[in-house]
Amino acid sequence: MALLELKDVSMVYNGKVRALDGINFSVEKGEWVAIMGPSGSGKTTLMNIIGCMDKATGGEVILDGIDLSDVDADKLTEIRREKIGMVFQQFHLVPYLTAVENIMVAQYYHGLPDLNDAMTELKRVGLEDRANHLPSQLSGGEQQRVCIARALINYPVLILADEPTGNLDEANQNLVMKIFHELHAEGHTIITVTHSPDVGREAQRCIVLEHGRIKS
Amino acid sequence: MRLKFFLRMIFYSLLRRRMRMLIALTAVAVGATIISGMVTVYREVPQQLGREFRAYGANLLIIPANEAATFDTNKISDIREILSGHEIIGAAPFLYERLEINKQYILTGGTNFTELQRVSPYWQIEGAYPAAGGREVLIGAQLAKIFSPYEPSEIIGQEVTISAGEGTAMKKYVVSGIVSTGGKEEEFAFMNLDDLQQIVGKPNQISIAQFSVVAEGDSLKTLEQKISSGVTGIQPQLVQQIANSEFNVLSKLQVLVLLVTAIVLLLTLICVTTTMMAVVTERRKEIGLKKALGAANENIVREFLGEGCLLGAFGGLFGSGLGYLFAQSVSLQVFGRGIYFSVSIAILSIVLSIIVTGVASLIPVRIATAVDPAIVLRGE
Repeated sequence: MALLELKDVSMVYNGKVRALDGINFSVEKGEWVAIMGPSGSGKTTLMNIIGCMDKATGGEVILDGIDLSDVDADKLTEIRREKIGMVFQQFHLVPYLTAVENIMVAQYYHGLPDLNDAMTELKRVGLEDRANHLPSQLSGGEQQRVCIARALINYPVLILADEPTGNLDEANQNLVMKIFHELHAEGHTIITVTHSPDVGREAQRCIVLEHGRIKS
Repeated sequence: MRLKFFLRMIFYSLLRRRMRMLIALTAVAVGATIISGMVTVYREVPQQLGREFRAYGANLLIIPANEAATFDTNKISDIREILSGHEIIGAAPFLYERLEINKQYILTGGTNFTELQRVSPYWQIEGAYPAAGGREVLIGAQLAKIFSPYEPSEIIGQEVTISAGEGTAMKKYVVSGIVSTGGKEEEFAFMNLDDLQQIVGKPNQISIAQFSVVAEGDSLKTLEQKISSGVTGIQPQLVQQIANSEFNVLSKLQVLVLLVTAIVLLLTLICVTTTMMAVVTERRKEIGLKKALGAANENIVREFLGEGCLLGAFGGLFGSGLGYLFAQSVSLQVFGRGIYFSVSIAILSIVLSIIVTGVASLIPVRIATAVDPAIVLRGE
């Protein structure tokens, strides 16, 4: 059974604007899929639906056996907390918490914060010596690596990355992609949303959106 | 561990966002300062004004019960015991007897002049009060005119003969001064209580005792009842004009201070709410992020209320200290007397600050829970 399955998913805003129209695809466990498309193609809307931050107005979204179209907002929050690890283009670290504390925040909302576990994840992205630095004291690449460590801390079934290299220079972009390859090799299921063909090529499979529909 | 991390999060949220925290803290501290100051003033004004009112004379009289002419001086110490806990400005005993002074019958009061000066500081004396233990007498201004019609003040320093009446021993006394009060006292003569008691042969007897007590209207009435039931042979009476006007002025002042305090409390609430709303608006992205990470609404509410309460506690702590200084300065400027630091008012202003900040955080917190987590993906 696929880890994620979308069946005829559509999203209509205000009864008029059709952001997604008849989306069908599935993602197997351990697969790395890139969702690509130009601005306004519906990438973010799709990401919101897969990331349990919004509900589709039509169709079915099944994540790890749970039909997301059937659950209320609280349950969506719970599923997001339990099953998804998010990586953002703009990193989005809590500015007044250190690198390690930013990872522990995700643990805190999930269950018990544990400094050792948080340090292990930080070590995994090569930032153990930056553990007590505030986000403002970290480079863009370092912040993104903290963001990846935070996404991994609760052992999610799906890593959802929105333009993970969008704000990075080439060196950091390579570093981050290397981490994604390692995660994929370890068996993690990854969905990256990107408009960059270079990042898209790193994934096993690309889904290209255009005007809210799958082009290829 | 969860609680420890929660506290760490809200503490660092305040500590590491210094400028923002300082603005919010200032808002809370200013509110707490004014509240603590006003509550202190509210509590102190009656006491301070009560003392001021004592300059207008006694507010409690003790007279003999059951139509007796006199009562024992020891009753005064019994009454003092009942009044303990209230500041007694003075307690002047009086024995009134008709004496023959320079062959004229004059109503004469024997008293303790040290206590008299405390109870009736408004008495105007030309010359001096009779010295304790000296054979001296104080003459009322009207009486002085009788004794020395052309130049009443010349009576000061002259000797007068005093006796209990015809056929009794005559003693010589020196007039130490003339008293003007604008009242009946100007027709009387006054001497040391012991002397009068000895002359008339009524040791330890007094006709009336005048008490000047710092107490507000209702508590004075309670004291009157306590004395009435606690001490036999006497009857307490409130000096109604003084007690009533004191009560009226104090009540109006207290209502005024209470109103000002309530308005300040409301303004503080608005000010803190506005500040907290600004904080929430500025942190929409952070709230969205936390929700995207799986924070439930309860988590967000707890964090913002926690921050608000911590802010309230720190603001209240600073404010209660500054409020004391404010009240102290008001008291020194207006009444010329300092006030004591009240731990209970400090605790009250800290608790009130926490409640005000907590309540003020409720609207922003409601806004916070409505933040859409998807904003972090849209990069808004």
